[in-house]
Amino acid sequence: MPKLLPLLEHAVKKPVWDCRMCGQCVLHSTGMTCPMTCPKTLRNGPCGGVREDGHCEVKPEMRCVWVKAEERSHSPLNPHHWEEEFNELRPPVDNRLQGTSSWINLINGRDRRTPAGWDGAARESFSAVPGASMVEIDEPTTLPEGFHS
Amino acid sequence: MSRLATLLAEGTRPVVTAEFPSIDGGGLAAVEKAADELRPFVDAVNATDNPAAHAHASNTSIAIAMSQFGLEPIMQVVCRDKNRIAMQADIVGASLFGIENIACLTGDDVTAGDEPEARRVFDLDSTQLVKVASGLAEGHYLSGRAIKQPPELFVGAVENPFAPPLDYRVLRALKKAEAGARFLQLQIGYYPERLESFVAGCVEHGVTRTTSLLPTVVLTKSAKALSFMDESVPGISIPADMIARVAGAGDKDAIAEESYQLTLELTRHALSLPGVSGIHLTDFRHDGSLERLVRDLSIGPAFDPVASASGTTSV
Repeated sequence: MPKLLPLLEHAVKKPVWDCRMCGQCVLHSTGMTCPMTCPKTLRNGPCGGVREDGHCEVKPEMRCVWVKAEERSHSPLNPHHWEEEFNELRPPVDNRLQGTSSWINLINGRDRRTPAGWDGAARESFSAVPGASMVEIDEPTTLPEGFHS
Repeated sequence: MSRLATLLAEGTRPVVTAEFPSIDGGGLAAVEKAADELRPFVDAVNATDNPAAHAHASNTSIAIAMSQFGLEPIMQVVCRDKNRIAMQADIVGASLFGIENIACLTGDDVTAGDEPEARRVFDLDSTQLVKVASGLAEGHYLSGRAIKQPPELFVGAVENPFAPPLDYRVLRALKKAEAGARFLQLQIGYYPERLESFVAGCVEHGVTRTTSLLPTVVLTKSAKALSFMDESVPGISIPADMIARVAGAGDKDAIAEESYQLTLELTRHALSLPGVSGIHLTDFRHDGSLERLVRDLSIGPAFDPVASASGTTSV
């Protein structure tokens, strides 16, 4: 089932919202307009390059995702509390969730987990872990000759 | 506290910032020459980060070099080219050299530059970067890993009051202010009425209680330059009658003069708005017009009432 769900989610959301399977869906808070379809994948509003006609800096034939999102967030069909969420600061994308089912990540809360520093907390013990800096390094002998990471 | 932060906090006079020219070759002498030209007339200068997606000497190297030549840098950091690890490293690294002013931008898309084949990054967006940079100054990386003796930073951003969705731009400015932006340089714009309603909105929503607004004006010398910006720079639109006014001024010199007068009017208008703390200048003329503008308006370090009274500055 966990393997089938992403497929099912993609089959439903791709044709309707051009879903990119970021695994941390915020559609409801962005006027049911997927921010990952913005060429710059901006999750907190439009960039400064929006054209005078409301079209995208990168793809002139496309209406700016955020112009659409802002408009739709005020739609009478959009629940009021979703409209209010439009202005909230959305955290950086967790790139590890790419390709996973946002439905599962919503149910188990995984999509709301953010790095400690995002919520303003410094983890004092973090740097005190002995050898913490070493865990990022693979066993050097296993690297091919001349390889520099 | 940076000089820029101090000046904006004091609010005794309009602050003048400008854009540093892109540097490629010529060594530090090239930086020194550009710094010497700007230093008497501006309070702080943007060390740009690969503007319009063209590679140049990096934001950090130029910011550090500028400060060595006695010019206060505002280091731009754009989200296009680097991920969150590299951007944090740049800010923390630059702070070792005393760089405090950080302007967080989304950045023009790679397709705006001369290497459109490049991979675009945008790992963070500009508002997220504002919050992450502010976190560094509070003593931690985004991960939460503590920074002992954290860098002193003065974090800001950019907002465009002139691009759609116009009604939303104030709320986006508010979002950036709440994320930690203490100054907002505004995008180049030629619609005074849009600037007016944006600034009024920022005052009304309390943005200006925490965050200083610096509108941008451009020094140009031809109608062609205006048309180019209007047609080719995303996010910039110029009313046709404004371009016609400059184009119809007469010969080349008359056109250059009319261009200057237009910039002077826009600057005067921007500075007249309650809630505006100063002006950001982009100089495409390089003919002494920047000096002329600050003199005509009596703004900038050369006209600092406090410094003048203590005899440290002469006009």
